[in-house]
Amino acid sequence: MDIIHPLDRYLRTDRLPHIWCPGCGIGIVISAMLRAIDRHISEGHFTQDDVATVSGIGCTARATLYLNFDSAHVIHGRAIPFAIGLKVIKPNLKVIVIGGDGDIAAIGGNHLLHSARRNMDITVIMVNNMVYGMTGGQVAPTTPMKVYTTTTPYGNLEYPLNLIKLVSSLNTNYVARASVTHPHLIERYIYNALSRDGFSFIEVISICPEVFGRHIGFRNPVELFNKLKSMIKFKAKPSIDESDIVWGKEIVLGEYVNEYKSGFIKLLYGS
Amino acid sequence: MRLEYLTGNHAIAEAAIIAGLKFYAGYPITPSTEIFEYLASKLPTKGGVVLQFEDEIASINAVIGASWAGAKAMTATSGPGFSLMVEALSLAIMTETPLVLAYVMRAGPSTGIATKAGQYDVMQVRWAAHGNYELVVYAPWSVQECLDLTIKAFNVSEMLRVPVILLSDATLAHIWERVVIREPPEVSIVNRKKPKVPRDKYKPYEPEEDLVPPMACFGEGYRVLVESLTHDERGYYKATNEVQRRLVWRLVNKVLKNKHLISDSATYLVDDADYVLIAYGSTARSAYALIRELRSKGIKVGLYRPKLLWPLDEEMLINSTIKAKKVFVVENNVGVYVREISRVLRNKEVISIPIIDIEVPTPDEIFEVMKEWI
Ligand SMILES: Cc1ncc(C[n+]2csc(CCOP(=O)(O)OP(=O)(O)O)c2C)c(N)n1
Repeated sequence: MDIIHPLDRYLRTDRLPHIWCPGCGIGIVISAMLRAIDRHISEGHFTQDDVATVSGIGCTARATLYLNFDSAHVIHGRAIPFAIGLKVIKPNLKVIVIGGDGDIAAIGGNHLLHSARRNMDITVIMVNNMVYGMTGGQVAPTTPMKVYTTTTPYGNLEYPLNLIKLVSSLNTNYVARASVTHPHLIERYIYNALSRDGFSFIEVISICPEVFGRHIGFRNPVELFNKLKSMIKFKAKPSIDESDIVWGKEIVLGEYVNEYKSGFIKLLYGS
Repeated sequence: MRLEYLTGNHAIAEAAIIAGLKFYAGYPITPSTEIFEYLASKLPTKGGVVLQFEDEIASINAVIGASWAGAKAMTATSGPGFSLMVEALSLAIMTETPLVLAYVMRAGPSTGIATKAGQYDVMQVRWAAHGNYELVVYAPWSVQECLDLTIKAFNVSEMLRVPVILLSDATLAHIWERVVIREPPEVSIVNRKKPKVPRDKYKPYEPEEDLVPPMACFGEGYRVLVESLTHDERGYYKATNEVQRRLVWRLVNKVLKNKHLISDSATYLVDDADYVLIAYGSTARSAYALIRELRSKGIKVGLYRPKLLWPLDEEMLINSTIKAKKVFVVENNVGVYVREISRVLRNKEVISIPIIDIEVPTPDEIFEVMKEWI
């Protein structure tokens, strides 16, 4: 394998090019995640062989099949239970689940809330593009109200799910929100998540110009990116009350929960 | 060797421990729950983990994950739970994940009668998951067989890298019988093949001559890829006829070509029989009682009892019914497995005896139907 980029060692480069559309935000999340992992590895916290990435189905979920770790690309919504099976048998693994908002919060929502409740020692990265990308632009539980999608042709009538509020209400160690407009925060939050036991959850607000952009009149990736950036506000200590996303107004990034309680694995096996 | 007095559910749990179970995940459902409870108290003392999940979907997906972490893993359920598990069953087939699923049938459809038996799900178990595949399903008729066939189920799942189903029912689940328990080395335990090539040469889906690929697990440095998409030997997605055909046929043939290793059935007095009864699971107990009674009256009748329900051993079936003038298929449902028997015994008179009984069809009930034909 010719190493062209320092992070290439974490990729199955023989599988490139990837499937993601031009302007898609997922690549930003993946590279930030790899930088966070690389930092841990170079600091000697774990090795490449200790990392396991697991995903369900969706554009975001495709990430695992490009990653040069032990990986699983399983079925829609079920990455979390698969990851738990791995973790309880091989507690030394650093198990990372990555998926879209449909994968993690709709079909997989029940597994999300119960794994958070257990403070299960896995890291879940949810890329929130506010739409179903892979299947071509249907409404997601995170889609803002009134938005026209292929399955809400008269406008979305449902209030979007605030994952930060949901997961923070459970017994978790870490909840943070980042955005593809601020990659250094994605990296920092994933690094911080991987530095502790227990359940950690990172929502990354992303852009899907091809599908979501089309629905809201921002087909141009740069314009959509800039639109998102204009809404972003970083807070060092955000409060959960300000975590609702109202498209066009404010999206607050930051670490909402930041604790070091014992995780499930410690309760199971002792320390 | 030791003797114990156990229920069918306890025997399944006990056998799983003997077979090397290290992970159980489940969601409570009658009449399977005692498997879960027995393991919850016993498995942790043997270095295993038992977890209750939020539903059956999570349970089986966690079992698949645990199997890829290197553990022998199982779950148990009944009809409503199995219905939730079938998508992941297809995943286990596709990713060649060894696991055991104990399916304790109850009366359906829907919630039906949770505490009572039936054999309604013999077709569902075989066909419910999407895609084409061969599925290995064993059906015990006694507590002893709950034990023996569970060990076999684990061995076959490890040997062929397939999910294996043990199909019991509410009656077997709760009857108490004396069982002989053998532990290794008195009983042989099979473990999955490990890679024989260096890490950089390893391909997770590259089969050996028996069509089964050696299995590396997570955390061993092989960079395995568990892939639900159609994949080549490396696990790489390929949407071509060539790769799709190669994969699907191998998954099917890996079971069919190794049938001699998995086949299991019993015959009773079939050699000279004019009439052969075919029955499986708890219903076969009454069929057996009936043939003994009829023999004592001089009627030449025998019993063929498939223990391997799927895939049916067609050769054994044909050989066991070769002289029979008539074949009767007795089932505790509306008559479904008879279709599989008729498919194989095309030139025979195959008569369905479907008896719905929330315990077990009695010998008298069976004879009542049968007597019109003999
Ligand atoms: C059980 C099941 N239902 C539906 C689908 C079809 N499907 C594939 S991906 C997807 C949603 C994708 O949206 P999201 O999870 O938000 O990920 P994205 O593609 O936007 O990254 C759906 C509904 C499926 N694969 N499996």
